[in-house]
Amino acid sequence: MKKLIAAFVGSMALAAAPVALSAEATKELKMAYDADPVTLDIHEQLSGGILQLSHMTFDPLLRWTQDLGFEPRLAESWERIDDKTMRFKLREGVEFHSGNELTAKDVKFTFDRLKQSQDLKAIFQPFSELKIIDDYTFELVTKEPYPLLLNTATYIFPMDSEFYTGKTEDGKDKSAIVKHGNSFASENLSGTGPYIVTERQQGVRVEFERFDDYWDTESPGNVGKITLTPIKENATRVSALLSGGVDFIAPVPPTDLERIKQDPNSSLVTMSGTRIILFHMNQERVEAFKNPKVRQAIAYAINQEGIAAKIMKGFATPAAQMSPAGYQGHNESLTPRFDVAKAQQLMKEAGYEDGFTITMMAPNNRYVNDDKIAQAVAAMLARINIKVDLKTLPKAQYWPEYDNRAADMMMIGWHADTEDSANFYEFLTFCPDADSGSGQYNAGNYCNPEIDALVQKANVETDLDKRAAMLQEVEQRLYDDAAFVPLHWQDLAWASKKNVNIEPVLNVMNFPYLGDLVVE
Amino acid sequence: MLAFLVQRISQALLVMFVISVIAFAIQDGLGDPLQEMVGMSVSEEEREAIRDELGLNDPMVVQYLRFAGNALQGDLGNSYFYSKPTLEVIAEHLPATLELVIGASLIIVFLSVPIGVYAAIRPQAWLSKFFMGVSTVGISIPVFLTAIVLIQLFSIGVAVNWFPSDTGWGQWLNDFFTTEGGLPSYGRGDNLTHLFGTWNSGFFSEGGLMHLVLPSVSLASIMLPLFIRLIRAEMMEVLQSDYIRYARAKGLSAGRINFLHALKNTMLPVITVGGVQIGIMVAYTILTETVFQWPGVGLMFLEAITRSDIPLIVAYLMVVGLIFVITNTVVDLVYGLVNPTVKLTGKKA
Repeated sequence: MKKLIAAFVGSMALAAAPVALSAEATKELKMAYDADPVTLDIHEQLSGGILQLSHMTFDPLLRWTQDLGFEPRLAESWERIDDKTMRFKLREGVEFHSGNELTAKDVKFTFDRLKQSQDLKAIFQPFSELKIIDDYTFELVTKEPYPLLLNTATYIFPMDSEFYTGKTEDGKDKSAIVKHGNSFASENLSGTGPYIVTERQQGVRVEFERFDDYWDTESPGNVGKITLTPIKENATRVSALLSGGVDFIAPVPPTDLERIKQDPNSSLVTMSGTRIILFHMNQERVEAFKNPKVRQAIAYAINQEGIAAKIMKGFATPAAQMSPAGYQGHNESLTPRFDVAKAQQLMKEAGYEDGFTITMMAPNNRYVNDDKIAQAVAAMLARINIKVDLKTLPKAQYWPEYDNRAADMMMIGWHADTEDSANFYEFLTFCPDADSGSGQYNAGNYCNPEIDALVQKANVETDLDKRAAMLQEVEQRLYDDAAFVPLHWQDLAWASKKNVNIEPVLNVMNFPYLGDLVVE
Repeated sequence: MLAFLVQRISQALLVMFVISVIAFAIQDGLGDPLQEMVGMSVSEEEREAIRDELGLNDPMVVQYLRFAGNALQGDLGNSYFYSKPTLEVIAEHLPATLELVIGASLIIVFLSVPIGVYAAIRPQAWLSKFFMGVSTVGISIPVFLTAIVLIQLFSIGVAVNWFPSDTGWGQWLNDFFTTEGGLPSYGRGDNLTHLFGTWNSGFFSEGGLMHLVLPSVSLASIMLPLFIRLIRAEMMEVLQSDYIRYARAKGLSAGRINFLHALKNTMLPVITVGGVQIGIMVAYTILTETVFQWPGVGLMFLEAITRSDIPLIVAYLMVVGLIFVITNTVVDLVYGLVNPTVKLTGKKA
């Protein structure tokens, strides 16, 4: 099955933009996020902040486009050799910040390091090795046929092997990944990306300067200097934009969307996100939840549209499944099924007309309006005579409770690291199994081996159309079974001054490609 | 004097011991520090391994003894988030907070003394009544709100068109209430002057001072009314006393009576209260620093709590406890200088 995947599909975004040389990168950008990167070692933690940093200072082999396709970056092209092997051709003449040239051995170094990373090795678990063919050619080999090979390759940001090899002055290994404590990689950085970190004061600011020898001379980006300030307080972040203190902010709190829309000097971009917010119904703690009719009754009693409109102020997309639009498992036919009469009817059929009492827990500072959402859900359940004893906690206290499955219904939000539906099922609905680690966050103890088997089958299906059909069936069956209570996908929002053209560089993964940002 | 200092030092040690015990006792309630350190998809086994490495699985007593042993050697542990010794992290953040407190204190001193004295000398004047009224409003608005209103008015700016603009007076009123904005609303800016060690000061450049304005004003807004009222009340009392009457009878000038003889005695209780308040102000900076993203210890502490960065939380509490003890000691010493009749002894009089 030799199929050349067009290497230039994604470059249309670039072709459409006016060609500018990096020498013209003279603009300055001040931006504020809610946090700054916790480390410069991109393998120390898997988080949004670190991926944002990765895309500024490194380049991946290939990256996602706005419509969830792939666009080549450091890999010029790729082709499937067999079921388990993909051959990549590396771009030639790419330089690292240190001046070293990028070759296949850097990619191998990075791949091996990823396999060591506590946070990332799970994602690379399906891979067996990376084979170097020559300086600019290498092969990624998986243990089984793996349909998500390219998705995963977006996590490979080649690191400068020469720069990260050897010993520091005090005898520490430069390539070590250290979770807590100082390591060479957490304070020094050499990538191929558009920006170099010139100054960094943790929690105060990070300064970036454009890399003079950046390989992508076609990039329209004209920003020469970026100052990133973390501003945790929502109101302050918005004020900083409105007062002209910064040019670009993210995230924008829902309460301030109108204010920014009305400001003549600012522009706002929102997108439907990919993070699903849902409640689990714990069958181990509550006998009634074992009854599919009770679970369906709850699914019918929740008004997702209402929550999205009233509590989220339109800043969320109501959900009836886990996979957001654009994912392979997204099943168009599944829509929210709010119907109180039907819900009451189902409770009656299940023999719980008089209802029962349950406990519920939700975080109060993790997701947008999480505590208010939980209150609304509790109120909706009261209409089918389920009394809810609700407790909301700060995230630092919430997650230990979550691990203990401390309440009958618990809230969780999930973003699939692989940008693929199967990841949702593996963590949230697979039969919990402490040994294999599957169903790690399945606080409902919902267990349907048939569905799990179907997902496993989809995971080795490299024909993407067939695979999509399988995953959509999974989504349908979970829906029919009311395995969990989906609420919505949290929207994403960014705001900038009018002269900062952010829209083309944004995406639903929320890592802006700032290297291509154009400031007028 | 020596007995006094010895007593204070032993007090400080006791305070810090108690704080460290309390901080350790509550750490279980602060949540799991690992949540901030690893991604969601990391398995429980990996988490256990890291917990073991950090010593989080040891019994509380073992953890405390280990901490206390290191603390006696001046090592308060490493912050999980900053990956650096906690004292170093605090030393980096403390100057910002101290400058904010200094800025606010200057505003308080230069406004509260003249206003308080004026309100005491001329209690019936409309200006006095105006100041008293404003201070009542000021004392009842939370600092969070004050800060946000200040940002809206002086940083973002407000365009007012409540009055008919085609009339002269309406136009004038509109202009009067419209603010331009332009003052920085977050952080300390880029133009800091390096003084020594970790101290980068904003007091020596225009940019630095501009960044100080709004945070200092909102921090001062909580304490200012209190001091105005305190000085006014004390002053009024002093003005009734015999020696002031005698001075008046002797024919001394009003300025000399008010500002030399009366003010000196007015300041005694004000210094005591002020000393305690400076300590409290360090605590209030948590709110002010959060709103203005001021990179000081208050913001650092708040973030440490959300991240369950336990070593940093413990170290912060101990340092703040120490600051309280030191300011109180200094206040007592200053009190002795201002009022020689007060004797500093190891025992209560």
